[in-house]
Amino acid sequence: MDKDIHLYQQLYTIRCFENLLMDQFSSGIFPGTTHTCLGQEANAVGVLSHLCEQDVVVSNHRCHGHFLAYGGDPVALFAELMGKPSGVCGGVGGSQHLHWQNFYSNGVQGGTVAMATGMALAEKRAGTQAIVIDFLGDGTLGEGIVYECLNMASLWAAPILYVLENNHIAQTTPVDLALAGSITKRFEAFNISASHLDSSDILEIYPLAGELVDKVRKESRPHVLIIESARLGSHSKGDDTRHPEELDRLWRSRDPVAIQTARLSEAALRSVNCQVEAAIQSAFEAALAVESRRG
Amino acid sequence: MMAQRPATVLDSLNLGLRQALEADSRVILLGEDILSPYGGAYKVSRGLSKAFPDQVLTTPISEAGITGIAGGMALRSMRPVVEIMFGDFTTLIADQVINHIAKFNRMYNGQVTAPVVIRTPMGGHRGYGPTHSQTLDKLFLGVPGLTVLAPINLSGADPLGVPGRLLYDSITKANSPVLFIENKLQYLMKLLTPTDLGEFDMADLSPAGSGRYPFYKFALKAAPPARITLAAYGYMAALALEAVQQLAYEHEVFCELLVPSLLAPFELAPIIQSVKGTTRLLTIEEGTLTSGWGAEVLAITAAALGPGLQRTGRLAAQDSVIPVAPELEAACLPDTADIINQVREMVRRT
Ligand SMILES: Cc1ncc(C[n+]2csc(CCOP(=O)(O)OP(=O)(O)O)c2C)c(N)n1
Ligand SMILES: [Mg+2]
Repeated sequence: MDKDIHLYQQLYTIRCFENLLMDQFSSGIFPGTTHTCLGQEANAVGVLSHLCEQDVVVSNHRCHGHFLAYGGDPVALFAELMGKPSGVCGGVGGSQHLHWQNFYSNGVQGGTVAMATGMALAEKRAGTQAIVIDFLGDGTLGEGIVYECLNMASLWAAPILYVLENNHIAQTTPVDLALAGSITKRFEAFNISASHLDSSDILEIYPLAGELVDKVRKESRPHVLIIESARLGSHSKGDDTRHPEELDRLWRSRDPVAIQTARLSEAALRSVNCQVEAAIQSAFEAALAVESRRG
Repeated sequence: MMAQRPATVLDSLNLGLRQALEADSRVILLGEDILSPYGGAYKVSRGLSKAFPDQVLTTPISEAGITGIAGGMALRSMRPVVEIMFGDFTTLIADQVINHIAKFNRMYNGQVTAPVVIRTPMGGHRGYGPTHSQTLDKLFLGVPGLTVLAPINLSGADPLGVPGRLLYDSITKANSPVLFIENKLQYLMKLLTPTDLGEFDMADLSPAGSGRYPFYKFALKAAPPARITLAAYGYMAALALEAVQQLAYEHEVFCELLVPSLLAPFELAPIIQSVKGTTRLLTIEEGTLTSGWGAEVLAITAAALGPGLQRTGRLAAQDSVIPVAPELEAACLPDTADIINQVREMVRRT
């Protein structure tokens, strides 16, 4: 398949998954809450397309896109979100606590950086050549443990690529109200080299991430990729305090699916859309059909 | 050369660590100031970095970070051991223990294990004051997925000694995270040998097949039936042993002392069995009184025995800050005389 189409297909798969999830949330099929990655699909696909089999991914509360881009099964993810025994973690973990193969997520801000750094050190000691990809958000830079771990990651040369998805907001708090100084300099202060990209375009994220994955593997040292991004959905189910005009502007300028759509022929687009929409719909129905817990 | 048998709790723990490092190259020690020649603030790690330079990592002063990193290492097949310099600082690792390491197994639906051992010395009587003397065990009792252990100073049949064996087994065999509670005054205590305990009948009542967590019962030989059950662990168990002797010789009060090494999850069958005979139960701990270990032990025993439990007592530290001044500190923490007084009070006929 053409590369442009393949990347689009992955972006659109995540988009359809999250859209269907939001559409169905009010129906009561999904217990609890959830955080969608609408607008940040290209970060997941762009980075995780470059993994080797042994590599490890650590994600956070906003993990569905990362999970699907890693190769996770949408049926198992829907089932997990429905709390079913056939879910990724048997319905125990739910939206923010996934583990499958070498993919792990946890919903407590900051602690995942420790977990990921420890994993990278373990892989290094075992000589597996694996690297760890650790996704974190701008708001998580408020947690002290992050800096404890950046210090040790650098000190002990952990093979880890931190991917900082700076969507400029944490729940309702704009980054300007929470963060002093420079994000890049925070990493550089620990002698962790930083790459910076202000883009939602998969064709910009994908090649840079590829280089960085190789670099971390080759140097066996930490590196950070800071991606200026946009959260196009609400924080969780429907809690967006941003001005509609602001959201409108973001949708028009920072939608990774729209950016990639423009590069596809109408025929290709139609065919991929049909196929992806059907696949997600049938994943949802398959998850719905499996038996729930009794009682 | 045959390794010498350890004489003290400190020697025993050190030997347990040494043998664990030797047995499994996936074992790694992380902690502050643990390199030779210093070997950690209480010397439990002394000599180990010389013998195993690749497996002993001195760390920055980052308790949360090193605990979390150990959690990640454990998820990827290592067997990390974290030393927290003072038990007081377990407050700094609470999120990593409670929301990460102890959660992983169940939260990921049994797909992973996170065998991290966190060792730390609790306890006062050293004049270290409010923030370096506490016994915070109770904060971690009842955390789902976390095993909490505390050793008693016994030599036992094992060449490692009881504390070292408990630690060794935790590091090399446990499949769940372990908080391993040590005690500052216990470190230099002699490992009691069968000769030292000659006056006692001693039995390990841990359930058959699970001998990993010894649960000792002590009573004086040929004594009349005990009128009260004492329950204590760790350093307090050593004080309770003295109290049992003095109560018998000086006051003609006979006790059974029950000493678990597994604090959580709570498995109290031997205590309940003992109280069936004595009807009285005194719990003894060095942490503060309110919502402590003893409260849970009494609640479980009461639920099991109903009216069969007739008198209860809890001996613990006062619910206060631990002062530096020796006489103030002593007044705040339980000691042997307090045990004796409370037992006499509880067996007094009304
Ligand atoms: C320790 C902790 N504090 C608060 C929260 C609640 N919370 C969940 S997500 C979130 C915002 C995180 O912002 P950021 O790191 O920027 O990620 P984003 O949501 O933008 O992807 C907050 C405050 C949490 N999960 N963990
Ligand atoms: Mg954010």
